[in-house]
Amino acid sequence: MEQILTLIHENLQLIYVLILAVFVGIEVMGKVPQVLHTPLMSGSNALSGVVIIGSILVMGKTDPENYVALVFGFLAVVLATLNVVGGFAVTDRMLDMFRKKKK
Amino acid sequence: MATQIIDIAYLIAVVLFILGIKYMSHPDSARKGNLMAAAGMGLAMLATFFTPGLQNIWITLLAIAIGSVVGYVMSMRVAMTAMPQMVSFFNGMGGAAAALIAIAEVYGIFRGLDAGGDFHGLANSSYFYYGALLVSLVIGAVSFSGSIIAMGKLQGFVTGSSVKWPFQKLTNNGLLVITLALCVAVFFLHEHQELLIYVVCLLGLIFGILFVMPIGGADMPVVISLLNAFTGVTAATTGMLFDNKVMLMGGVLVGAAGLLLTLLMCKAMNRSLSAVLFGAFNSGGGAASNRDIDTTVREISLSDASILLSYAKKVVIIPGYGLAVAQAQHVVHELEKLLEEKGVEVKYGIHPVAGRMPGHMNVLLAESDVPYDKLIEMETINPEFPQVDAVVVIGANDVVNPAAYLDPASPIYGMPILEADKAQNVIVIKRSMSAGYAGIENELFYNPKTRMLFGDAKSVLTKLVAAVKEL
Repeated sequence: MEQILTLIHENLQLIYVLILAVFVGIEVMGKVPQVLHTPLMSGSNALSGVVIIGSILVMGKTDPENYVALVFGFLAVVLATLNVVGGFAVTDRMLDMFRKKKK
Repeated sequence: MATQIIDIAYLIAVVLFILGIKYMSHPDSARKGNLMAAAGMGLAMLATFFTPGLQNIWITLLAIAIGSVVGYVMSMRVAMTAMPQMVSFFNGMGGAAAALIAIAEVYGIFRGLDAGGDFHGLANSSYFYYGALLVSLVIGAVSFSGSIIAMGKLQGFVTGSSVKWPFQKLTNNGLLVITLALCVAVFFLHEHQELLIYVVCLLGLIFGILFVMPIGGADMPVVISLLNAFTGVTAATTGMLFDNKVMLMGGVLVGAAGLLLTLLMCKAMNRSLSAVLFGAFNSGGGAASNRDIDTTVREISLSDASILLSYAKKVVIIPGYGLAVAQAQHVVHELEKLLEEKGVEVKYGIHPVAGRMPGHMNVLLAESDVPYDKLIEMETINPEFPQVDAVVVIGANDVVNPAAYLDPASPIYGMPILEADKAQNVIVIKRSMSAGYAGIENELFYNPKTRMLFGDAKSVLTKLVAAVKEL
């Protein structure tokens, strides 16, 4: 019990941030009109590609001799980039069609 | 110095993420919003490269180059109709990346191969660290295999219908319990920890498959949205591993937003999330219920249909997945323009879950330059149906099934529908009499006001356009 309390106490700042972020996520999301649901899903999917940062960091701290971890890290960077670049590009393509036609 | 600048860059990136989602909430600024979010991501990636002591930079850049080229080409080549499975695929890649990061971490930790460097905010041995690691690993694996199955169901290489097996609930729940138990065991074991972690990852992969297989193709959008939220959670836990605020915030944002979107999608179908996930539609059977339906189908000729439409005052077109499959969005726009020239008022009735994703129809019709103001949402158009002379249902089924408010025994009872049956005339363009994704009969097709035009949506519409032109 005491261990759990200490754990919570030590990470209190983190917990505050988490709770606030959840509310921000719900708040900005709640106002999206139906028309934009697919693009938004695609856009937030691209955002979840933020694990790319983690994959860069894991590559960055891996010993160049640790080939196994390097292979995993390399794959992680490739796949996460796929998620980010593909995700944003697909979203842009979808949203491009919503642009008001000038004529 | 470098660390402070990186932190500020991350802060700006998070603000850009939030503003990006916010701007995406309005059609006029949506594109800008997406670009802002992308800029935030670019900034965060760039900043990360300035982390002191970062190694293997060139290999990492090579990996980014490969991922960028492949991702860009894929997203440019994919057809608009295949967007949902593309999103699912990309989501699966994000999940896989999170799981791979966790595996690379585990492999390094157990061999003492960590190159050092001050990357960890949390001590390697802490419970917190292992907890975050296991969540990343398991949920990342579930998100990966689940997304690939969801993609397969939409693409057609995995059966779209609900797959059942004996003791299905038992096996799925059992697997979940075992996986969780093994995760807890990792904390208490003093040997074989590493092996156990890999086993847990494998179980996550299997669970992802078993979790999505029983869910029918019609519910895939909900599943993809949920798995997207899962990937968000793994991004957040990966952020905890590295004490990285941008991953943590971005991940939590996506997790919360994705979960809300999932619930909104369920609400549009008037079903609870658990009904979607665990109580897949009872296929066929019970659906016919005890109501007597006169099953006489009346066909209409192309010339009759063209006359009916040309001399109508008000026509509502209801598009569905069949329109997307047949790529008929341009022809339908042509028909609409032709009828407008003849003085007919034409609108589109858009059901929130028509197609395979919310907004799928809007995206598709926007592609063929159908003006915004012609796309009318369900709540707005429903009261107008009694004054509508003709409704044209193109490849839609469950979203116009009156059983949703007539038959309490129907599995879709209570789902809001487009009340096409209230219009004066209904023309249904459909390939065959087969049931829709919910796998149930549609009595609208047997309604005396309804006439059927059988065939592929695109070829039927092309012929219909020609017939209207001849008048």
